[in-house]
Amino acid sequence: MKLDRRAFLASALVPLLSPGASLGAATPRRGGVLVVAADTEPRNLNPALVASNGVFFVASKVVEPLAEMAYTDAGLEPRLALSWEGSRDGRSVTFRLRPGVRFHDGTPFTSADVAYCALELWKKHQNLGRAFFKDLEAVDTPDPHTAVLRFSEPTPAQLVANALPPLTAVVPRRLFEGTDPLANPHNQKLVGTGPFRFVEHKPGQYYRLERNPDYWGAPLPWLDGIVYRVLPDRGAIAAALESGEIHLAAFSAVPLADMKRLASVPGIAVIAEGYEGITYQITVEINHRRKELADVRVRRAIAHAIDRDFVVRTIFLGWAKPATGPVPRFDKAFYTDDVPSYPFDPARAEALLDAAGYPRKADGVRFAVELMPAPWFEQTRQMGEYLRQALRTIGIEARLVLKDPAGHQKAVYTDHAFDLAIGSPVYRNDPAISTTILYESGLPAGVPFSNQYGYANPEMDRVIRAAARALDPEERAALYRRFQRLAMEDLPIVPVCEFTFLTVARTSVRNVASNPRWAVSNWADCWLEA
Amino acid sequence: MSPGLALARRRLAQAPAVLAIVITGGFLLLEAAPGDAVDAYVASLGGDAGFVRELRERWGLDRSVWTRFLLYLAGLVTGDLGVSLAFDRPVAELVLERLPITLALAAAATSLALLLGAGLGLLCGSRPGGLADRLASAFVLALNATPSFWLGIVLVLVFAVRLRWLPSAGIETIGAGYAGVARLLDVARHMVLPVLTLGLVYAALYARVLRAGMVEAWRSDFVRAARAKGLPRKRLVLAHVARNALVPLLTVLGLHGAAMVGGSVVVESLFAVPGLGRLAFEAVIARDHALLVGIVLVCALLVILLNLVVDLLYGRLDPRIELASERR
Repeated sequence: MKLDRRAFLASALVPLLSPGASLGAATPRRGGVLVVAADTEPRNLNPALVASNGVFFVASKVVEPLAEMAYTDAGLEPRLALSWEGSRDGRSVTFRLRPGVRFHDGTPFTSADVAYCALELWKKHQNLGRAFFKDLEAVDTPDPHTAVLRFSEPTPAQLVANALPPLTAVVPRRLFEGTDPLANPHNQKLVGTGPFRFVEHKPGQYYRLERNPDYWGAPLPWLDGIVYRVLPDRGAIAAALESGEIHLAAFSAVPLADMKRLASVPGIAVIAEGYEGITYQITVEINHRRKELADVRVRRAIAHAIDRDFVVRTIFLGWAKPATGPVPRFDKAFYTDDVPSYPFDPARAEALLDAAGYPRKADGVRFAVELMPAPWFEQTRQMGEYLRQALRTIGIEARLVLKDPAGHQKAVYTDHAFDLAIGSPVYRNDPAISTTILYESGLPAGVPFSNQYGYANPEMDRVIRAAARALDPEERAALYRRFQRLAMEDLPIVPVCEFTFLTVARTSVRNVASNPRWAVSNWADCWLEA
Repeated sequence: MSPGLALARRRLAQAPAVLAIVITGGFLLLEAAPGDAVDAYVASLGGDAGFVRELRERWGLDRSVWTRFLLYLAGLVTGDLGVSLAFDRPVAELVLERLPITLALAAAATSLALLLGAGLGLLCGSRPGGLADRLASAFVLALNATPSFWLGIVLVLVFAVRLRWLPSAGIETIGAGYAGVARLLDVARHMVLPVLTLGLVYAALYARVLRAGMVEAWRSDFVRAARAKGLPRKRLVLAHVARNALVPLLTVLGLHGAAMVGGSVVVESLFAVPGLGRLAFEAVIARDHALLVGIVLVCALLVILLNLVVDLLYGRLDPRIELASERR
């Protein structure tokens, strides 16, 4: 039977598919412990120091950021900050903080905590914050509920706002000041302001969180607690869902091939929403140090050889969309489809390769490459298999080289020992956070998920720099549209498709996917049916 | 000095050399794998050049492999197994936390395998070629050909998903607050499926080894002599045929001591059992030298001890073996 995403969604995915519908469908009930599958146990669980979805999945319920993404026109809703406003010169952003908030240790949350986290944790140590807050020179705290972030260079308020959900988790200054932040025990035993308090972590077994009765958002949260069961095997996660031992598995923890079967199990729903704010792409990364691949005609030929619809249909079973450029469609502020496109056309690909001076030889092969699919997802590996076959049809012989995460990271991003690689970059709400780094030149070797491809275009660098400093949102948007056009003209990497994850949950779990970063948000409004 | 004590002394004298090889091999093998612990870590989260560089300095990975190895050895001689980079915890603490779980799983699975394997082996070997032998041998062969991960999945589907008699994963009910006997029963309930998965495949192997040994023993002169003098069949099978077939079974059992830890990687992952096998797998993926060497070291010690026990048992089963070892 053909798996059609729309038919599938319509028939099997029940009311949870629409966040609005689930919100209004019934009256929330207090109580119950939500049991969730987790497949990793981060060495450092503090989201103020480590901005990653693996950390946020657990920590976002305990430690909150200044704002969270929302399915609203504004795109953001307040958390620890009630409002934020940038100065005309772009040198400061003023935050009005929520009064009456207490950390789980009973101490009040104030602007001093924001100042400490911004200067000592986000800017100095956080994996993404170090680059993002590099121009942050001071944080003024005129009163306990006002924090003014001061930048040495003009910094767009729009960019700062877009970075709030992933980069601004606040932990208590009192517990970190005067210590080595990276060795602080509260990086595991989290203390925050969130709707849930950290209770315990049994390594290899579970994390346990309990309801914070003093939450600023009372009567939220609805749940009495959350248990994350560590289940490293994906088949075991599906079995635990079916047997009713867990309520929910996020981040496509169940293999896509099992989704259709699970959706037909009474009491289980597959939910495709709630991840738009962390959209991933499948890309073909191209090493420009290789003579043949430095020629844009060859890169375009590779793009023409890829049948994106086939990839979406076959590898993602419909749960993806063909990508048009480096920015996903969900980002209405910056996305444009007014860019060069490379429809599936093997004949055109062959003509481009002939024109580039790489005709088929006697054995039918034009040249050979090494193709290294990233090990991050089953789909990156499957895309490697598909691309090998697609390239063969246009006369490029690709040899698949599979490595584990450490091996892949070193080969691609440090040693540049690859010809083609399959990557899966994540888009984090603004091109400047983790997308332009894929196109910017001059980055030292060893920086993960960055332009280690040997691609350099001064115009691209100029646009990226200008957009990062443009204070007017319209001007920024125009620059990022230019960025997308350049990216698709030069094609240093080939965006193939964009995808978000799926959540599989018992239908008794309500308010799933209530915002675009749901899996990594605080779940205060999530509740369990009796 | 008794022969057993002499053997133990000889084996223990060899142990330091074995452990030195194991430590060096474990450390250098992981070093030979591409990428280091920082590569493994940043691959899961990203970061800028400074973040990567500072992490490498903090974790001591900016030093040469030999410096790190010597520092590790220096720690080791003072009894310090180092700190796991992947878990940010002392290796000794991690290993001691997981070892009892793996040992319990391995002991239970081995006991099951021995009981079932010996039973089936006896059934087959007591009358080779008979109907019982043919039926049981077919069953044993099928079981022997079954991969443990597949068997595990089937057991989960039947007993956890369909019948809901047993939990599908984990080692205890989270947050139940059980204590004493209630907790023991809860853990036992959780261990049923992993023990069956690990034990059944080995049971098939033990049954085949025992049967083969018994078939061989039936052809021996002493068995023929015993039959000729009219020894009752039951006594003949148990005291002569089966006893002689136990020696190869014991050899296989000794070899499986290490394999149980290795083989439990799959079972521990499938059933979310936080044991040493899964920890070893995570150590390799994270390029965590100290943790991997710590695990390998403990496993090597276990293997040395197990082999010593097996060697001592050889002598009890067959005095000729003890005599031979004394002559060396």
